[in-house]
Amino acid sequence: MHIVLRLAWRNLWRQPRRTWLTVGAMVFSNVLLVFMVSLQFGMYGMMIDNTLQAFTGHLQIQAPGYKDEQKMRLTVPDVLPLAERLRQELPDASIAARGSTFVLASSEDRSFGIAVFGVEPDFEPQVSSIPGLVKQGRYLTSDSMEEIVIGDVLARNLKVGLGDELTLLGSGVDGSFAAAVVPVVGIFESGVRDIDRSIAEIPLGMFQDMFYMEGGGHQVVITAANIDAVPDMKLRVQALMPDADNLVLHDWDALQPGLKQAIQADMSSAFAMYGLLVILVAFSVLNTQLMSVLERTHEFGITLALGLKPGRLGRLVLLETAIMGLVGMLIGVILGLLLLLWLGVTGFAYPGMEEVAAQFNLPSRIYPQPGLITLFAGPLVVFAFTVISALYPALRLHWMRPVEAMRAV
Amino acid sequence: MRILPVLGMLAYRNLWRNHRRTIIMLSAIVIGTWAMIFMIALMRGMVEDMLRDGIEALPGHVQVHHPDYLDDPSISNVIPIPDAELASRFESAGIESWASRVRVPAVITSERESRGVTLLGVDPLRERGLTFVDYDEVEGRFLDAADDTGVVIGRKLANTLETELGKRIVLMSQSPENEVVDRGFRIVGLFDGNVESLEETYVFIGKATAQKLLRVRDDVTEVFAFGDDYRNVEPVYERVASIMDDGVSVQRWTDIDTYLGTMLGVMDGFVLVWVVVVFLALSFGLVNTLVMAVFERVREIGLMLALGMQPRSILGQIILESMMLLALGLLIGNVLAWAAIKPLEGGIDISVVSEGMAMMGVSSMLYPKLLLSDVILANVVVLVLGFLASLSPAWRASRYEPVEAITKVG
Repeated sequence: MHIVLRLAWRNLWRQPRRTWLTVGAMVFSNVLLVFMVSLQFGMYGMMIDNTLQAFTGHLQIQAPGYKDEQKMRLTVPDVLPLAERLRQELPDASIAARGSTFVLASSEDRSFGIAVFGVEPDFEPQVSSIPGLVKQGRYLTSDSMEEIVIGDVLARNLKVGLGDELTLLGSGVDGSFAAAVVPVVGIFESGVRDIDRSIAEIPLGMFQDMFYMEGGGHQVVITAANIDAVPDMKLRVQALMPDADNLVLHDWDALQPGLKQAIQADMSSAFAMYGLLVILVAFSVLNTQLMSVLERTHEFGITLALGLKPGRLGRLVLLETAIMGLVGMLIGVILGLLLLLWLGVTGFAYPGMEEVAAQFNLPSRIYPQPGLITLFAGPLVVFAFTVISALYPALRLHWMRPVEAMRAV
Repeated sequence: MRILPVLGMLAYRNLWRNHRRTIIMLSAIVIGTWAMIFMIALMRGMVEDMLRDGIEALPGHVQVHHPDYLDDPSISNVIPIPDAELASRFESAGIESWASRVRVPAVITSERESRGVTLLGVDPLRERGLTFVDYDEVEGRFLDAADDTGVVIGRKLANTLETELGKRIVLMSQSPENEVVDRGFRIVGLFDGNVESLEETYVFIGKATAQKLLRVRDDVTEVFAFGDDYRNVEPVYERVASIMDDGVSVQRWTDIDTYLGTMLGVMDGFVLVWVVVVFLALSFGLVNTLVMAVFERVREIGLMLALGMQPRSILGQIILESMMLLALGLLIGNVLAWAAIKPLEGGIDISVVSEGMAMMGVSSMLYPKLLLSDVILANVVVLVLGFLASLSPAWRASRYEPVEAITKVG
């Protein structure tokens, strides 16, 4: 084996320029793949986290049908005791109950239709980033106080500031008229226009009184330690749910189907591009190895005549390719890693990214983090295709006739 | 210059001396070109679609508002030019594709539910075909006239409100004096939008009816106009700006929706980056092929030099060989890409990921779009970069020392 390895290594450097060019093609696509894949997965992770942290959480308990049409009367009965029981059974999860409906919010000058959420002030900050984004005033403090927190665009549209009163008009769970006058105690800025324009939060206790909820709510939000723990958490919550109450448990991809599909759509177009890169590299390798086999027809003819099996020669060609592929992978991964480390410090941005990023709840600069998968997934595929593309030149040796081959110049 | 045809002939024949190598390289170029153009057409189609839908939902290439309306979309910020006056100004400016609207936030209430919506008071005769609602596809009917007393809402909104065609709903909004105004309407039509959020957001009533409800006389909050080309809105922007008074704000669609505006630039950038990346992946193989071709022919090149051929003719010959290879590959690649895109122009169904596409503002049918400018850009970039990449091996070949080259053992 030792001698074959040495033979292969030396054969590679008989034409150093050609070998380097082929290795260069691999390095180029490997660096590009490492960079693109880690950027992509970094973005997906942030898209998921930012979107879910804002409001949705990882899991939600709702009444059947509520997910598709948020109707007032599709309630989760006795929502507070349910949330409390889950909190005790699942100490590692963050859990909060909510009620939600649409009301007409009026200030002295203006009226807008908005979504109002009844939340548990003590627990909401654990499942949603909005309480932490209050830039003026404070977040809700007590479950029964009559007060409201609104988004900054809404505050501007309604022309209200801290301490001003808002009139909320809506209908209760039984269809009856519901109204309240509440002071604005906090204004949040999430940076997402739709959220800042159309959402307000009040304490759940007040929500239940105002809309005659009789202890009901609309959702129990559950956030696991991280996104990977969600499937396990889902099973545990499922086991604890009172089945008689006719409730359903949704996970985040059911609650935000657009998110997962946006990622899938983006992934499929990205994979098509990666595929093309890999194929082009494979052609480059095929060309190089075929040439190097054809060049050596004379030499191979002699070795065959001396009694070497074509299979061994074929393995020699494959070994040469594999060595070339390994060199390409090594250099590619190292350069890719350096690029990522550098971008991890400086961040990555391109013109126009700010607007595009805002659409998907992303920061305007991305700091890709190298991981084992993102570093090696692309280069390994390139390596595999490199070796596959050398199969044809290697197999050709089986059809070679020693006498004719020796005559070749 | 007489030598050029000879060089061309030499280059072409040299190309086919090692046909196996040439064919492999050619296939790589063909596949690269094909995928490059096909991908560009898909992305282009997606973005065009998104822009068209986005502009139809705005709507318009250019919009006019009261300057305060943008921050405070209320009926008290009407355009300080009466509607009738606007009509005569647009007519004298020769702009046909325009319409004015009353657009205010409102609350819609059915027997069971209520929602915050955007109320649009429209003149259906003026804006037919200009917006995202296809009047003929509306279930029931769209509004007949500006003083129609019916309401048209989105299908999704009707479901949420648990109401249906023919039933009554109440619309509530504000007058300029901040009094709450409301009125009952019968639902005469249900529209479908490409994207569900359109169906949830917009409610259409007649413009005159809206003006009466909101207690404004002949005022509107929004005027929009279309030019010929969304890529070049300056002409229509300037004409609209010229007929407006100083106290109003005139905006291009790229200013109103910066996300959409940016997408156009991002897409153009993407096309160039993608072409360059594909070329770079190809270039290693291309240069390799040339290096090998030169290497095989060292003795022959030395002989030509010894016989008195100018080094620059050698240079030209190698570059011609490379350009022929590229041009042939590009030609076949372009034809194949065209053949692949043509049958797909009727649309590709991507409804599997429709909600994700909706998040990006794209509908569930993808219409690939082959732009001549993109194809030209791709081909020119590949040829120019290919020329640059072939310079080095060709230069080396032309610098051989004849005696050394002839005596080299191949």
